[in-house]
Amino acid sequence: MRIVVDFDLCESNAVCMDIAPEVFEVRDDDFLYILDDRPPDELRPKVEEAVRRCPKQAISIAED
Amino acid sequence: MRSIVVVGASLAGLRSAEALRHEGFAGALTVVGDEPHLPYDRPPLSKQVLAGTWDPGRTALAAGGVGGEDLDLEWRLGARAVGLDMAARRVALEDGSSLAFDGLVIATGAEARWLAGSEGRAGIHVLRTLDDCLALRTDLEAGPRRVVVVGAGFIGAEVAATCRGRGLDVTLLEVLPVPLGRVLGEEVGSVYAAMHRDHGVDVRTGVAVAGFEGGDRVERVRLGDGSEVEADVVVIGVGVAPATGWLAGSGLTLDDGVVCDATCLAAPGVVAAGDVARWPNPRFGQVMRVEHWDNAIDQGAHAARRLLDGDGPGTPYQPVPWFWSDQYDRKLSLAGRPGPGDTMTVVQGSLAERRFLALYGRAGRVVGALGMNRPAPVMRYRARIAGGLAWDDALRELEETP
Repeated sequence: MRIVVDFDLCESNAVCMDIAPEVFEVRDDDFLYILDDRPPDELRPKVEEAVRRCPKQAISIAED
Repeated sequence: MRSIVVVGASLAGLRSAEALRHEGFAGALTVVGDEPHLPYDRPPLSKQVLAGTWDPGRTALAAGGVGGEDLDLEWRLGARAVGLDMAARRVALEDGSSLAFDGLVIATGAEARWLAGSEGRAGIHVLRTLDDCLALRTDLEAGPRRVVVVGAGFIGAEVAATCRGRGLDVTLLEVLPVPLGRVLGEEVGSVYAAMHRDHGVDVRTGVAVAGFEGGDRVERVRLGDGSEVEADVVVIGVGVAPATGWLAGSGLTLDDGVVCDATCLAAPGVVAAGDVARWPNPRFGQVMRVEHWDNAIDQGAHAARRLLDGDGPGTPYQPVPWFWSDQYDRKLSLAGRPGPGDTMTVVQGSLAERRFLALYGRAGRVVGALGMNRPAPVMRYRARIAGGLAWDDALRELEETP
């Protein structure tokens, strides 16, 4: 599982950080940082929830 | 449970269907929608699609799971539900047919409110559906001399901002003395009024609309004080009403929405989710109906799990609501449920610079966090409000933070 964020779409709403703080962090500069772009599989449910609840639909999961 | 019908091809309906499959429901799953479209995303309708920067097709929600999996749904689109027979356990559709169910998810959302005298005259719009958006966009593309937006709530304010982005002259009418004052308080509402004025919007507050004038097309809006505003296009943004008309006489309790218990159960084998659902949220000790995008997803999934729990007790649905609104270059986000009479204090930034974080308190607890261009701290407070953050503790730690 590899995290892909379309940063042209991302508006730093930070919903992903609320759901999966192990993977996503919006810092004080208002930018999103991916802390772990290949998170362990046990985080998959959280990452999928972050994908679902991103207001800009900017997150996807690549299986490579 | 062998068959489940989801009424509402909406965000809440789609997410409930997805959750039903993820939780292992393998029976027949039918999704009924009154619009001809597969589920789509509404937030861009007042922004990118209306602005003309997005093709409408970009709003389509993947009609499958997040992993791209096929959910094996039967779609009944362009099919309005017109009745619910709880004894026979059937949903009646407008075309005279009906669908039998063992389990029912009600996710019919809400409908835009019109004002008296606003319907039936060309040039007067509401904005709720994709078709509403495209009709309004066509009128905006024709280069109207003035757009009048009635109601400075979030939809009206976003439409006003988008129209200014198109270079159109806009008058924004609000019956309250301060836009959004009831939700955000007068101080924050005043920031919004000032921001729209700075962007060239003719903002008029404390004014009622008395009527609409013109021929086949609207030409003027008449105000309560007898004055008039010229208008080639009018957008009515005075809120929504939950779409419960089809449930009249069903035996379900209807009171500004489908009344559910704390677990989103409306009756045995019947759940409700999204804009249409009213339920007691134990976290706030308050009965609420939440019209937010994020809630449609969360409650859709929760209601699905509740339905599959059958005769079990289910678990309470107790979210901290969250939403955002984009206007010009400002992003407002709000976590929690502030109300009239709450204490409000700005804890970071300032109203003057239009970049700030404010907390709302009630009965010793933090009940809301609002940010303008401060999305991350709002989200951190969302989790802490869920944890019951005390007002005094919140202020004390902010004082101690350099």
